[in-house]
Amino acid sequence: MQLFSSSIGRKIVMAITGQCMVLFAIIHLLGNSTAFGWLTGGLNAYAHHLHSLPLPLLWGFRLGLLALACIHIWFGIQLTIENRACRTQQYAVKNMQKASFASETMIWTGALLLLFIIYHLLHFTFQVINPETGALINPDALGHPNVLAMVVAAFQNVGIALLYVGAMVVLFLHLSHGIQSSFQSMGWSNDRTQPCLIKGSTLGALFMFLGYAAVPLIILVRILK
Amino acid sequence: MSDHKTMTLTLIVWRQKNANDPGKFETYTAKGITEHHSFLEMLDVVNEDLILAGKDPIVFDHDCREGICGMCSQVVNGMAHGGQDRTTVCQLHMRKFKDGDTIYIEPWRARAFPIIRDLIVDRAALDTIVQAGAYVSCHTGGVPDGNAILIPKPVADESMDAAECIGCGACVAGCPNGAAMLFTGSKVSQFAVLPQGKPEAAARVKALEKAMTDCGFGNCTNHYECQAACPKGINVKFIARMNREFLKAQFS
Ligand code: HEM
Ligand code: FES
Repeated sequence: MQLFSSSIGRKIVMAITGQCMVLFAIIHLLGNSTAFGWLTGGLNAYAHHLHSLPLPLLWGFRLGLLALACIHIWFGIQLTIENRACRTQQYAVKNMQKASFASETMIWTGALLLLFIIYHLLHFTFQVINPETGALINPDALGHPNVLAMVVAAFQNVGIALLYVGAMVVLFLHLSHGIQSSFQSMGWSNDRTQPCLIKGSTLGALFMFLGYAAVPLIILVRILK
Repeated sequence: MSDHKTMTLTLIVWRQKNANDPGKFETYTAKGITEHHSFLEMLDVVNEDLILAGKDPIVFDHDCREGICGMCSQVVNGMAHGGQDRTTVCQLHMRKFKDGDTIYIEPWRARAFPIIRDLIVDRAALDTIVQAGAYVSCHTGGVPDGNAILIPKPVADESMDAAECIGCGACVAGCPNGAAMLFTGSKVSQFAVLPQGKPEAAARVKALEKAMTDCGFGNCTNHYECQAACPKGINVKFIARMNREFLKAQFS
């Protein structure tokens, strides 16, 4: 299949897997925003709804995401290694006209995201980091896992809160280039739409950063307790 | 010309005897340069001095010196063709520089463009891409009527915008991945938009993409450096079109 062997094909696969992960990140952000109180019962009610989904659906979703991430990372590394080999000797004067810090560091922001995702899953999903505050072993008044208490306990710690905010800066960088790059790779772009896509990509990434960073920050300054 | 003020410049130039020589930078002084000299004429002046001193002149590619043939190929201060918008290095003039400037001059650097000597690289890989299918097959027979196929002006313009490529390879030189996506994208697009090009569009994009990779060019990461480097201002929308054509071709 040319999609998995050719140059453009693998970029298209990168773009599709990246976009699916962006869609997931938007849904995840929507879920997190229950912490701001728009859903009765807040974060705990949302977590309860999520865990009441039929198990095959939940695990199908999780494994699907895992597959997306693996494909994205595999081709990301493969393409980056190939690209470095195509320009072994650099110019004595480096003088980039359009490339940005974000576009030049995609492999590194991607790698940092991977590390963060592993930490984040161990922390809040499998709850093996700080297990004493784990939501599964500390039910709330309704007998549901107390996710809010777990998250609050974590983010009252300056180090953990800043780690999450820092990871979201990395996400911002990856997506500010990545979103518009994926439109270009899919061929969904021309000279009239491209300036909007580039601005939209930065704005979208900024929106994700603000949304995700808000939760640890409002807990850190004790607005949410 | 004696009424003109002259400039003295320091040139740091890549010298390399052949593809196997590791190559190194040499420093030269360019004296008596006026603002009216083109960049290549400035090098001509330096080369005359070198020849008189019994040294090897700096070897560089050039032909038309009027920005249409695509032969000239130098990276000046890290920018292919010197960074002036829509200008080949032969049309870059010394009025862009100041007396006392230090200028780095390097060849196109990409795996697919081996260095032949000094600033000359072998760009045959671009021809290989064209030979893979950047044309329309014609069959012999009666001469078709000139206006048998009507092409709306905006479509013809779109094709011409892509066909403006002079094949200099600055897009590859500017790309941190040594990719030839802008070149290949413009070849794919100039035919794909026209009725004459459509029958072979799917086969063409597949063949050109394969030739591009086989020649050792890199993969696109959408830095858009190619568009900045292109002396003809070819837009990266043609890369998007090639990607679109490629995706479509998978289902045809
Ligand atoms: C987990 C580790 C990750 C690694 C190692 C990684 C690596 C990469 C690399 C190397 C690229 C190509 C850069 C380029 O072409 O300029 C890329 C593109 C992209 N990434 Fe990631 N990434 C990761 C995670 C993510 C996540 C979590 C998301 C979404 C939330 C994401 C979204 C994207 C998007 C949308 C693109 C653009 C695709 C394209 O260029 O066509 N990535 N990534
Ligand atoms: S020498 Fe012909 S384009 Fe520069």
